[in-house]
Amino acid sequence: MRPTHRPLLLAAATLLTAGALSACGGGSGDDPDTVKISYKQSTDNEIRVMDTYLADIKKQFEKANPGKKVKLVPIKAPDAEYYTKLQQMLRSPKTAPDLVYEDTFLINSDITSGYLKPLDPYLAKWKDWDQFIDTAKTAAKAADGKTYGVPDGTDTRGLWFSRSIFEKAGLPADWQPKNWDEILDAARTIKKKVPGVTPLNVYTGKPVGEAASMQGFEMLAYGTGEDPLYDPEAKKWVTGSKGFKDSLAFVETVFKEKLGPDVSDALDPNFPTRVRGELLPEDKLGINLDGSWLPQDWGEGAGHEWPEWSKKLGLAHMPTQAGQAPGKVSMSGGWTWAIPSKADNPDLAFTFIETMQTKANAKKWYVANSGIAVREDVAADPSYVKAQPGIEFFTDLVASTHYRPAYPAYPKVSTAIQEAMESVTTGDASVADAARGYDEEVESATDGEVIEK
Amino acid sequence: MTTAPPAGPGGVVKTPRGPDLPPPARRSAPRARRGLLRALPVSPAVVLLALFMAGPIGYCAYIAFTDLQLTGQAESSFIGFDNFREAFGDERFLNAVWLTLVFTVLSSLIGQNTLGLALASLMRRASKPVRTVTGAVVITAWVLPEVVAGFLLYAFFRREGTLNAVLDFLHLPSQNWMFTLPILAVSFANVWRGTAFSMLVYSAALNEIPKEITEAAEVDGAGGWRRMWHITLPMIRRSIGTNLMLNTLQTLSVFGLIWVMTRGGPGNRSQTLPLFMYEQAFQKSMIGYGTAVALLLLVVGSLFSLVYMRLLRTEV
Repeated sequence: MRPTHRPLLLAAATLLTAGALSACGGGSGDDPDTVKISYKQSTDNEIRVMDTYLADIKKQFEKANPGKKVKLVPIKAPDAEYYTKLQQMLRSPKTAPDLVYEDTFLINSDITSGYLKPLDPYLAKWKDWDQFIDTAKTAAKAADGKTYGVPDGTDTRGLWFSRSIFEKAGLPADWQPKNWDEILDAARTIKKKVPGVTPLNVYTGKPVGEAASMQGFEMLAYGTGEDPLYDPEAKKWVTGSKGFKDSLAFVETVFKEKLGPDVSDALDPNFPTRVRGELLPEDKLGINLDGSWLPQDWGEGAGHEWPEWSKKLGLAHMPTQAGQAPGKVSMSGGWTWAIPSKADNPDLAFTFIETMQTKANAKKWYVANSGIAVREDVAADPSYVKAQPGIEFFTDLVASTHYRPAYPAYPKVSTAIQEAMESVTTGDASVADAARGYDEEVESATDGEVIEK
Repeated sequence: MTTAPPAGPGGVVKTPRGPDLPPPARRSAPRARRGLLRALPVSPAVVLLALFMAGPIGYCAYIAFTDLQLTGQAESSFIGFDNFREAFGDERFLNAVWLTLVFTVLSSLIGQNTLGLALASLMRRASKPVRTVTGAVVITAWVLPEVVAGFLLYAFFRREGTLNAVLDFLHLPSQNWMFTLPILAVSFANVWRGTAFSMLVYSAALNEIPKEITEAAEVDGAGGWRRMWHITLPMIRRSIGTNLMLNTLQTLSVFGLIWVMTRGGPGNRSQTLPLFMYEQAFQKSMIGYGTAVALLLLVVGSLFSLVYMRLLRTEV
């Protein structure tokens, strides 16, 4: 009996183990004719701007390249979680897609980690690259001088205000604040005269992530003086600056005087989605400090159709702290298409980028995404300028815009900013304490590469 | 044993020992073979466990001693105990430890455990329909996936939520606990979700108590509370220990519930250790530090377990 049993058992054991092992070691089952593309899908189920656009490009690509296939791998998550998920995927050749959508603020950090592939050999052979404006070309250029991403547009930021709320509050329809106090005064007027609406929104806190740092804090800080975060000459991060504390104090005032959204709403990670889909279209928000891309949710077929937004909303540029030159502030970022260093089909992935970046397709994307063109041929195209109200206003801001100091340490500095903002928003810390907390955090995040101002 | 035995009795002893000695040797060979054979059926499980449990745990322990980052780092290096030193100097870590203890004591020790026992003993006396309905309701909360439960309670506690609607209807002042006292809100949530488990454990334990003993106590004139204290509790002591251990360990690792309800906020006021760990490892990309915190969480868990094991061992 026993002798017959033993081989049987052995066989069973080997089979089981082998099965389990091969299940995890089987490779990603990649076939060389498929490009896998990862991008961020909106957490709002009705917003499918990017999905629609990529599906269209996929069709064109598969038609032009017979036998090749495109597999779209959407990652549905708020910004911060999207980055994490992506980084985890990029770590292993088994999960790395062939093409990824990377935010420019993170790209240097990911390049340092060796996640991305330099695109220079491809770009050298690609005619259309000459059409990209210079700032766009440097957007994804790393310290090593190589380029790692192709930008698909840029953005600027400003103040959006509700005309009907302004009318009720007796504020001018062509409102243009000249300094921070005028913004706060307008908000106070709205609070007094139009009860039941949120006077002013400034994104804040860790839950909304980079939106708090960039749309909120940096729009303030860059209006207090030059280089408030990073000193490019000393190549060090700035701590202890007055501009930093003043910007925090602005945030504190907004929430202390209850000029902003309820704190529990402001600290809800889905708040940016609510602002675009609910608060602005329903006239519940007076002034909104936000990005140029908002209309992408309101276009035809975008989900929250609201074509009359340009009549309902006014635009004003963000003033500097006391109205000092140059008078207005904007921040610019944007996203790029990048190829992971562990991609299986990098050549095919670049062909896909080329398909996306034909002039016609690029224009289609800028318009759908309410992006600001980074290609000269599209920017000069009158049909692009007229495609959407607001494009002109936000394109003009490019002249006075700032770029984030997107060095490898930036993501951590950004989180430190969000923490400082959150603690003054909830009232857990005073401005001085929050600023001190930021200084300590930045010092440890950058290994002491700081300069006190 | 090597010393030679005295010649006289030695000769006598030796003879039976001679043939006696080999048998153990002969016996041990088949025994070893049989042992191996018996181990064979479990070997796939052992291999799998080693591969998927011990492997990651070992790797995790290793990472905790490095400065591995998810992004912004070309190469990671071994840094010894730096991560742990940093943790103990980190106010937010200590805050997370404190909140974890509050959360565990409030929701697991006091909430789930006591409420579970109370429900189980009340249900013994209730009529059958009441018992069925209560059981079904409580167990539904247990069966719901964590994220769903978290969302339900988020909808219950939020400012425009169900609780405030009810309070409003009763003309009571409204609450905003998710903002003002988030740790209480998430503790409630965990009680709501986890009580069913304690109730089931205690129902089973209470059924094991022989009726005669309770009746005897009753005859002797012991009231409800005295019977509970002197008869019931000592008799289900082991179940209490087991239940506490399981509850505590589960509560220590609650992540989804809190993440869905508050994300640890506002301002870290409900950030227990698992959430702190997640924030450090994945949001701040410091995998090494986050993993070190995870190991420390393991230590907290084992401290609790040690206490309960003690509790289980002592005899009355």
